[in-house]
Amino acid sequence: MFERLEAILVKEFLELRRDPWAIFRLIIPLALQVIVYGYAATFTVHHVATAVLDLDNSEASRSLISHFLATRRFDIVDFADRQSTVTRDLDSGKATLAIVIHAGFARDLASGRGAPLAVAVDGTNSNTALISLGYVGEIVSRFEAEEAAKASTVKAGAAPPTVTVSLEERPWFNSGLEDRWFFIPGVIGTLTLVQVVNLTSFAVVREREVGTLEQIMVSPIRPVEFILGKTLPFFLIGLADVALVTLLGVLWFHIPFVGDPFVMLYGASLFLLATLGLGLLLSTFSRTQQQAFALNFFLINPIFILSGFAFPIAAMPRFLQWLTFLNPLRYFLIVIRAVFLKGVGLSDLWQEFAAMALLGVVMLGLSVLRFKKSLD
Amino acid sequence: MNREMTGESGEFAVRAEGLCRRFGALQAVRDLSFAVARGEIFGFVGPDGAGKTTIMRMLAGVLLPDKGEIFLEGIDVVAEPERAKPILSYMPQRFGLYEDLTVAENIFFYGELFELPWRVRRARARQLLQAAGLLSFERRLAGQLSGGMKQKLGLVCALLHTPKVLLLDEPTTGVDPLSRRDFWAILYNLRESGVTILFSTAYMDEAERCSRLALMHEGEIRLCDSPARLKAAMPGALLEVVSADPRAAHKALTGAPGVLGLLLMGDRVHVRVDNALRRKGELEARLLGEGVGPAAIQPIEPGIEDVFVALLGQEGAA
Repeated sequence: MFERLEAILVKEFLELRRDPWAIFRLIIPLALQVIVYGYAATFTVHHVATAVLDLDNSEASRSLISHFLATRRFDIVDFADRQSTVTRDLDSGKATLAIVIHAGFARDLASGRGAPLAVAVDGTNSNTALISLGYVGEIVSRFEAEEAAKASTVKAGAAPPTVTVSLEERPWFNSGLEDRWFFIPGVIGTLTLVQVVNLTSFAVVREREVGTLEQIMVSPIRPVEFILGKTLPFFLIGLADVALVTLLGVLWFHIPFVGDPFVMLYGASLFLLATLGLGLLLSTFSRTQQQAFALNFFLINPIFILSGFAFPIAAMPRFLQWLTFLNPLRYFLIVIRAVFLKGVGLSDLWQEFAAMALLGVVMLGLSVLRFKKSLD
Repeated sequence: MNREMTGESGEFAVRAEGLCRRFGALQAVRDLSFAVARGEIFGFVGPDGAGKTTIMRMLAGVLLPDKGEIFLEGIDVVAEPERAKPILSYMPQRFGLYEDLTVAENIFFYGELFELPWRVRRARARQLLQAAGLLSFERRLAGQLSGGMKQKLGLVCALLHTPKVLLLDEPTTGVDPLSRRDFWAILYNLRESGVTILFSTAYMDEAERCSRLALMHEGEIRLCDSPARLKAAMPGALLEVVSADPRAAHKALTGAPGVLGLLLMGDRVHVRVDNALRRKGELEARLLGEGVGPAAIQPIEPGIEDVFVALLGQEGAA
């Protein structure tokens, strides 16, 4: 059924081999950008999904929780009843932050010895994590001040009540809150998208410009065969890109990779399917390489901005949030950060996988349909 | 459809009926009908914009007509373009070669597209390359060939799968005379083996090589016949005026009695007159009288261009 696919594939690889600049175009810009991002990119974010575990269940502990609620900066998504629930909330991404009030909180607070409050943050997005930790600190000190004022009216001269906030050690989560850990995985997705969309749309438009496309269409080849033949090489190049940038991140920047490489591979494959589809779709709207370039230029930035790479989707207006659902990069960033830093598997990421597969199938399907027409 | 348009044979390799195609406001082809017998070399001749490329692309099944029917060897191209593809070959003005692949690799690729068995492809490629004079260039990159060689390589690629119908859109535009000669030698050979060839050209001299011609203008066929019959049908007779100053001669003869038409052809002027014998002396005298100087005037056989101009006026000249 795909007899002529081989013809296109052989031709593509011959052309690639013949191109002395291929290695510079395909590898060096990518590696350079990763290094630039790794060293140069840093900044900061908010609105935090929070899980609360109150093991003390005292007046004081409830008062502290109400302080968190009062700021409206924390959305409490789960009042957990045991530690394992909190861990699950963080792993699944349901919560970004967890506040654990240990038993004896009220007693230690009153004695002035320092009441223990444990905070766990999902450090995969170090911006969110840093900001929310800052809020925690603010709220806790306000709580301390109020408690101290209350205590002094009752019993003058006693030690002021204090809360000792401890950041829970979660090594697989980016406990050091390094921006770099957050950025590099994101860079993998972003650069791969730019690379693959560009390569694909340019390659097809070039065949149109040179006139080989018309020649191929008068042969008995079917559009599906041609499209597969054109995209398969870029699929492989895209996978190589992902591998390259991942290796750079792990070996050069020492980003921990705690997840399953195969989950990453599946995710990357579905992501590439969607990006190839996007590139092809763009090519069916372009007659010349300049048009393809303009179209790419027009789309790449919004895709980047609406991906959650840098700006949190939760902070965007509702309409833009909806737009992000059409963005394959949005899903892949979640997958790649989760695989890198959390090590979660398919069971937690199936929605993202499904979304990328759906986008890929729809865009590839549209390209095949539009492809024939676009010759006219 | 009149008799001239249908050719001699009752069996047609290509038959088109009532073809129309419009691009926006431009009616590129209007109500076109013709039939080409098997083994004919059929030429569409006309200036740029006459609709030649549009016809070729519709015949090749890559452009849908707005109206009309096309049959290639009995296959309905409009309804089933895929069925026609294995038996036809279409060479656009610029054949789509991969310039970063070698001659041999381009041939390999186009052979693969038509799923030719390896042995067949090898033998056929050798034979075609030989005929095109490209055998020693097999390992050269297509991008480094001359214009004429590229076009011949295109023809080789187009002929690999032994098509029954060959469609050539201005195949020799920008091709050097030597390559053009090779090109036509290959086409004549093909005709011997029963291949039907349709081609378009803006070169009038090339038009003389076909068995039948369709003179095209503004999307319509104005005349369709063999070159000899077209020439015979030209009203009047032709005189050739060779003068030191052909422009002045052209000007001096404009409006002279008995002159039906004038065509400046480089260093000479073709003058169509009602009676060659009677007018020859008159024209010589007129040129002397107008101060153009002595000129050699003699009757000649008309070329296709003369026929075309006689038919359409100056606007028809390429």
